Amino acid sequence: MAKKKNKEKTRIHFDTDWKYDPAPESVEHIKVNKQYEHYIGGSWKSPNEGKYFNTVNPASGKRLARIASGSTSDIDDAVAAARKAFGPWSALPGKERGKWLFKLARQIQERAREFAVIESLDGGKPIRESKAVDIPLAAAHFFYHAGWADKLTYAFPGRNPEPLGVAGQIIPWNFPLLMAAWKLAPALATGNTVVLKPAETTPLTALKLAELIDDLGFPPGVINIVTGAGDTGAALVQHPDIDKIAFTGSTDVGKEIQKSIAGTGKKLTLELGGKAANIILEDAAIDQAVEGIINGIYFNQGHVCCAGSRLLVQESIESKVIKKLKDRMSTLVIGDPLDKNTDIGAINSRAQLKTIQKYIELGAKEGGEIFQCEGSLPDGKGFWCKPTLFTGLAQSSTLVKEEIFGPVLAVQSFRTLEEALTKANNTPYGLSAGVWTDKGAKIFKMTTKLKAGIIWANTYNKFDPASPFGGYKESGFGREGGLHGLSAYVTF
Amino acid sequence: MNPEKIESPTIDQVGVEERVAKLKSRSIKKDSKVHALKMAMSMIDLTTLSGDDTPGKVRQLCYKALHVHDAYPGLPTVAAVCVYPSMVKVAARHLEGSGIQVASVATSFPSGQSNLSLKLEETRYAVEEGASEIDMVISRGRFLAGDVQYVFDEIATVKEACGKAHLKVILETGELSTLDNVRRASDLAMHAGADFIKTSTGKIAPAATLPVTLVMLEAIRDYYYETGVKIGMKPAGGIRDSKTALQYLVTLRETLGNDWLSPDLFRFGASSLANDLLMQLEKQRTGRYQSADYFSLD
Repeated sequence: MAKKKNKEKTRIHFDTDWKYDPAPESVEHIKVNKQYEHYIGGSWKSPNEGKYFNTVNPASGKRLARIASGSTSDIDDAVAAARKAFGPWSALPGKERGKWLFKLARQIQERAREFAVIESLDGGKPIRESKAVDIPLAAAHFFYHAGWADKLTYAFPGRNPEPLGVAGQIIPWNFPLLMAAWKLAPALATGNTVVLKPAETTPLTALKLAELIDDLGFPPGVINIVTGAGDTGAALVQHPDIDKIAFTGSTDVGKEIQKSIAGTGKKLTLELGGKAANIILEDAAIDQAVEGIINGIYFNQGHVCCAGSRLLVQESIESKVIKKLKDRMSTLVIGDPLDKNTDIGAINSRAQLKTIQKYIELGAKEGGEIFQCEGSLPDGKGFWCKPTLFTGLAQSSTLVKEEIFGPVLAVQSFRTLEEALTKANNTPYGLSAGVWTDKGAKIFKMTTKLKAGIIWANTYNKFDPASPFGGYKESGFGREGGLHGLSAYVTF
Repeated sequence: MNPEKIESPTIDQVGVEERVAKLKSRSIKKDSKVHALKMAMSMIDLTTLSGDDTPGKVRQLCYKALHVHDAYPGLPTVAAVCVYPSMVKVAARHLEGSGIQVASVATSFPSGQSNLSLKLEETRYAVEEGASEIDMVISRGRFLAGDVQYVFDEIATVKEACGKAHLKVILETGELSTLDNVRRASDLAMHAGADFIKTSTGKIAPAATLPVTLVMLEAIRDYYYETGVKIGMKPAGGIRDSKTALQYLVTLRETLGNDWLSPDLFRFGASSLANDLLMQLEKQRTGRYQSADYFSLD
């Protein structure tokens, strides 16, 4: 049979009459107050300086609530409450602390839908991800650490683990409740008390968590939540009565924190930026690898510190992979974060959207070839960005070097495994990496030589509370999750 | 062509299952649901493949194929009626002029355990009796024994014997055991001349599954990229309700796009699916579920 070769016409047309109708998650059961105060010493406290800021829905640009802005004196109050609570809390038998954490975990599970909807309202992430990832994993972290609370002497055999005291914890806006869980659970399980500062653009789920803690009748002062922006965080970091700082956020801020507490004796863990290489070898299961690359970079609009933002593809399969990536990108549904069919939601904030747009312009200026899928973005005043792919970049291109924290993938090719390793490791960051190959031997060779804290093989963005998460180099130090995460909150 | 030289990528089963789980979570409501239900109806190969099939039974099935849309104005007809070769004549007579195709299984369906000349003879017989589509089975034993040349030649000669009739090649994925094998068999069938590739006979469990279908659709996509030729897909067996059918259509839409959303390139091998589609369409129209007794069982 004569089959004509006609490669030009072999495009897949995803535009069809069969559109998916809107399938929005109901918000009727959601209660968001007009205004939120700090949660200090077991009660809600208005900010001492009386200042508030707005948190907005990034899909509409509309205000969701007024949020208390924390001053130095609010931080003083919160640290004092945490210090007061530390004695009794750390003296509780581990079993009792475990019970509190189990209660918290169960409550998060029971109110999972409410948390998921608020997470998507406040942060712009697709409801599908909030429901499937953020909230269940947050509950899982509390469950996991609840189990350790009365087994600390088994976690550190032959040693005598003691809590550090008061922990100051600053969390980012990309996984608000999940990051709160990562920070709170190990600190509480080991007997520390906490002052937590959520990110200013996404404080709502942490404040909902405070409501839940209040409903449960948690011992006052064990968990204090002070909201605010960078200044509030700085006040917390610099407070003299803090024993430990745990920070997740940008590398720049991480460096500032490290400088400012140098010589104070405060313990520090930093989980900072990344520029992960996702490496796809020619013998990989290509369609599944393509899916993994899409998931690696476009998950949560690319607002993921461990996002696979650099794709290194072996030259022999480069054109095939890029074609498949483009076709796959064309099927991503962009729009209302609360729609069950949405794959790509809203960019978290106007400021972040500007940053991403700046990088996209820069990529084109530096000679990169841009691809974005066809179709229009949602109307209105929300913050939207199309999934973007750049080819034709060099190792020295800004888009290859710097963390963008948005849905922008930088594609490069390589020829040998050594070249892939060199390129992958040639970055100041070292948080995560991915390898896609059908050969076990290549997985071992690559993963032992990649300088990254988390390396996935033939999968990406898999998290488990038992598995330590953290980086090398300018991606920070210290681990969260597993025994390693626990050890960051004890002294011997 | 040397079938040993066909390059099939490996398949990662875990990755396939993850992708399928995502596709299954699409929420299809309101107008988009009605659109999809109608589309599914137009893609059905209404099937009866039993030892106790009689001309009377086949006549009933044809009547159903012709009148399934009486109760629901504007509903498309099913795509085909699929029967054994001995029943082709009956089906052809009743469906004449309706636009509904007559499909016949052939090549010692379902096991395929016979010799090639008999298979070719059976194929020609079915075509002569009036079948416009032939659903053949591959020799799974030969394939699993590594004799891909035999399977390739078998498909190619059956294709010749089909003449103008369309050829659907049944891989019987439930007997191929791995997704890697499903992918290799799909590539082999397409290169040998299949117009459609089809999952199952319906006689072996598991029959059609979403992971298997996704792998086959991806094979079709790669073949299209490579040659510009569009091969059709037919999952068969086990697709009994609308919800499952919609999951297949979502998978199709997001893998092969608009061009394949047509009975020319996608079929469901199913018998009870039609009634469930009707029931769901009535539910969409009236807001209520009707008793199953309102839908004739043929």
